[in-house]
Amino acid sequence: MTTATSTVTPVMQGRNLVKTFGRVVGLDGADLDLFPGEVLAVVGDNGAGKSTLIKCFSGAHVPDSGEMTLNGNKITFRSTHEARGAGVETVFQTLAVSPALDIASNLYLGREVRKGGFMGTVFRTLDKKRMRQESAQHLKDLGISTLQNITQAVETLSGGQRQAVAVARCAAFGSQVIILDEPTAALGVNESARVLKMIQDLRDRGLSVILISHNMPQVFEVADRIHVARLGKRAAVVNPQSHSMNDVVAIMTGAMTVPVEEQQLTPVR
Amino acid sequence: MSSPGSGTAELVEFEQNRTPLQRLQGVLHKYPYLSPLIVLVVAIVVFYLLNDRFLLPQNISFITQQTVVVGTLAIAQTIIILTAGIDLSIGAATTLAQMTMANLAVFVTASNVLPIAGQNPYVAIILGIGVGVLTGVINGFLIVRLNLPPFIVTLGTLSVFTALTLILFKARTIQAPEMPEVMKWLGNTIKIGDFSLLYGVILMLILYVIFGYIMKNTAWGTHVYAVGDDPVAAELSGISTKRVIFSVYVVAGLIVGIAGWLTIGRVGSASPNPDPLLNLDTITAVVIGGTSLFGGRGTLLGTLIGAFIITVVQNGLSLAGLDQAYRVLAIGLLVIAAVAIDQWIRKVKA
Repeated sequence: MTTATSTVTPVMQGRNLVKTFGRVVGLDGADLDLFPGEVLAVVGDNGAGKSTLIKCFSGAHVPDSGEMTLNGNKITFRSTHEARGAGVETVFQTLAVSPALDIASNLYLGREVRKGGFMGTVFRTLDKKRMRQESAQHLKDLGISTLQNITQAVETLSGGQRQAVAVARCAAFGSQVIILDEPTAALGVNESARVLKMIQDLRDRGLSVILISHNMPQVFEVADRIHVARLGKRAAVVNPQSHSMNDVVAIMTGAMTVPVEEQQLTPVR
Repeated sequence: MSSPGSGTAELVEFEQNRTPLQRLQGVLHKYPYLSPLIVLVVAIVVFYLLNDRFLLPQNISFITQQTVVVGTLAIAQTIIILTAGIDLSIGAATTLAQMTMANLAVFVTASNVLPIAGQNPYVAIILGIGVGVLTGVINGFLIVRLNLPPFIVTLGTLSVFTALTLILFKARTIQAPEMPEVMKWLGNTIKIGDFSLLYGVILMLILYVIFGYIMKNTAWGTHVYAVGDDPVAAELSGISTKRVIFSVYVVAGLIVGIAGWLTIGRVGSASPNPDPLLNLDTITAVVIGGTSLFGGRGTLLGTLIGAFIITVVQNGLSLAGLDQAYRVLAIGLLVIAAVAIDQWIRKVKA
């Protein structure tokens, strides 16, 4: 692996990010590079700072110090709303779907579409018909086409179906980066396979994906590069072709260190 | 997932084999006002069979008039409970708003504190409604800014508002002849044969239509449901939960102010002693109406039905010659049944 300096600008970059919660250090000078059209897996032991790291990029946390860029431009996200406005969408571990609301309302939650004309501006009427039609289309685009009733409450769906709704929401609105935090943690084998397929579809559509996962076989199946977090820092970024699962686990636990020249710090695609 | 098939198509599929009980559960889940509607219809039929005077136009008029104050306040209570909050101060706040109106219109002229309100009762009414809004602002501020539980905040403001009413306006009831006609305007009726429709009832129904529309067809309405359903998910979806919750209490305060005016019309006088059952009756109407105390699910239509159930049961039992204690008993059983049904419905699976 050579470390020839890349001419590709990362879609998303973090440098020396620090985030503390009282006396607990979440991030201790973490870096991150996400290149266009790749799936970057972020792995690490519990408390390694994976979730804190991506929450900085999704706007759920504001780092205490450090620099974040999106397409080379400096960014500071104060809320998830701001991150979404910049084209960064996140599927949180908790899915962040509202169980009692229907599928279409969930897809458009926080960015509802109003009717045009008098009804929309004066009475602020929602354009439910349009939101439902477009929701059905978004789900169809992801290959979830057998949806019979877009007005069904999300709580009546199975775990995999809810996951599909959360992923569809991100895919529908994410124009730059999609971040998925443990998207397969609660799923069975078949459902997990479908979510992984969706991740590959998103990448094929040109989006950049950050995947947080504990599941090594899944990470090695879809990731282009693997970012290993340890003790609030980036321990290494490796290529799944050149390093094994055992290597990654060893880096996670600190049993192995990878010299910079053997890391995969440049895009593989 | 049931079948180990292939393709992403199966991520969203729907099971077709359901027992009749599960199907009923699904229907009640989709239309939460159905169970209170059934209760209301059954109650009306039973009370008619017990005493056929129950459905006389005069009696129906009486029932609608009995429902109007609780029914109006129950709109505010529904929106608050949809955010998983509760308002125990709603009756005390209504009395405060009502006494502000009446006193400004009647007494303040004499003391020259605010002569314009004495000369123009509309100003008095608007200021009274403003006091209602203020009670909502106070509740909302304490809940959102100081991060206190709504139950505790409104338990405290219940006493505060009650005391303020007595301190500011003494314990004096303002009688009907003292007040200008506008104050009592909502107490007028339209005669349709033997049926007399209170202006206040019309206002209540208009409010239900307006708020029914807002809850169903605006982004704010959706956000109220989302915040009550799962506040963390709502926040992560980009909704400012604090702003939504604060606005809910302010809107409730506006309804409280209007209900203050309505109470003067309905009762004909302005008394500083609130109906002690008013707070609990609004919550009862909401709960019987199928709105979940845990937030996120329920309808205003259900609440309207719930408010009518309370008065229909009260009126029907007294026409049947039964003691008031049976009314209390019946309402208590209905509340427990309603919460039990809610818990069952929440377990729905497609």
